[in-house]
Amino acid sequence: MTHPPYLSPDYKSTVLRAPGQDLVMPRLGPDSIELASPVFGHQELGRLDDDLTRQHSGEPLGERIIVTGRLLDASGRPVRGALVELWQANAAGRYAHLGDQHPAPLDPNFTGAGRCLTGDDGRYRFVTIKPGAYPWRNHTNAWRPAHIHFSVFGTAFTQRLVTQMYFPGDPLFAYDPILRSIPEQKDRDRLVSRLDLDTTTPEWALGYQWDIVLGDTPMEA
Amino acid sequence: MTDILEPTPSQTVGPFFGYALPYAEGPEVVPGWHPDAITVRGRVLDGAGDPVPDALIEIWQADAEGRTPSGLGGLRRESHDFSGFGRCGTDPAGRYWFRTVKPGANGQDAPHIAVLVFARGLLKPVRTRLYFPQDADAHANDPLLAAVPAGRRPTLVAEAEDARTYRFDIQLQGERETVFLDI
Repeated sequence: MTHPPYLSPDYKSTVLRAPGQDLVMPRLGPDSIELASPVFGHQELGRLDDDLTRQHSGEPLGERIIVTGRLLDASGRPVRGALVELWQANAAGRYAHLGDQHPAPLDPNFTGAGRCLTGDDGRYRFVTIKPGAYPWRNHTNAWRPAHIHFSVFGTAFTQRLVTQMYFPGDPLFAYDPILRSIPEQKDRDRLVSRLDLDTTTPEWALGYQWDIVLGDTPMEA
Repeated sequence: MTDILEPTPSQTVGPFFGYALPYAEGPEVVPGWHPDAITVRGRVLDGAGDPVPDALIEIWQADAEGRTPSGLGGLRRESHDFSGFGRCGTDPAGRYWFRTVKPGANGQDAPHIAVLVFARGLLKPVRTRLYFPQDADAHANDPLLAAVPAGRRPTLVAEAEDARTYRFDIQLQGERETVFLDI
């Protein structure tokens, strides 16, 4: 089981939100709407949507990074032209969201939201800064490991995926009920990016590689 | 044999997506002047019956003739095209809304809208379908509804508030829990 279960009591918000009844497994006909996906175009994106360090008049504080990887289907084939969205906290661990009460500074030069379309090789690429860890109120001393939220579309609505990318070697992994909601360590490991010197731009930004694999579409009826 | 790659695991959308994922025209699958526009609205509720103020709803549907859309998704509405895709974050009272058209039937499938719900506390999204109350005859032959225990089918059928407004509450947990799909 790759995905976390809905109910994962150590992550307290799941307790009243996890469905309790059995899910229904329908057989979908080949023309089912769920087996198609919305498609997005370059004209729907802004020119700087994939560079989170250039969306304001000045440069954000923090460690500049390049995050890139391929969007693949279950057979390892690239998924082309797919919308990838991301959002994240700033270098101090604060989101540009009214609901975030963590007393860390906002950065007037960093919003922390981006979008791009994958290329012909399935590749996405963002320039951003490394987000900070931040506290949340799940339990005493609950701190989230640094992470970037990702939202991706595939070729079927059933493949729609929202997840989080982490950074290698974070000592907070062992204490994070959200990452640990994934039952098997090998599956958790697939959410951790890899430092890559070939992606790194000398004297400018560290590079991280992280591939995203979409689920197989269900068997057609 | 081809190697099958394991899918990337899902993680929660968290509470702080509100400045990143919703967009101005997300709830407007068709523009307001569209002659056949309908409104679909409702609330997302948790197992205690309390509103879920930090959920994100996405819908995806066929057009009025039952055809799968092929136009662009509509992050920016620069044309009058029907995209078939909508996105709306819930408000502090757990409410969401969409302006769209009623989809046509497709083969044996009764008219329906695919619905996806993300939220803080949902480690993976819940998926369901919204059906329309005036199509009771078609529901009897719908292959997906046939797989749902009869007593739970009403959770998939919206209520008509008036001729152009439908109410569809999504109950994540509890006695009237919405039927969610494993697809």
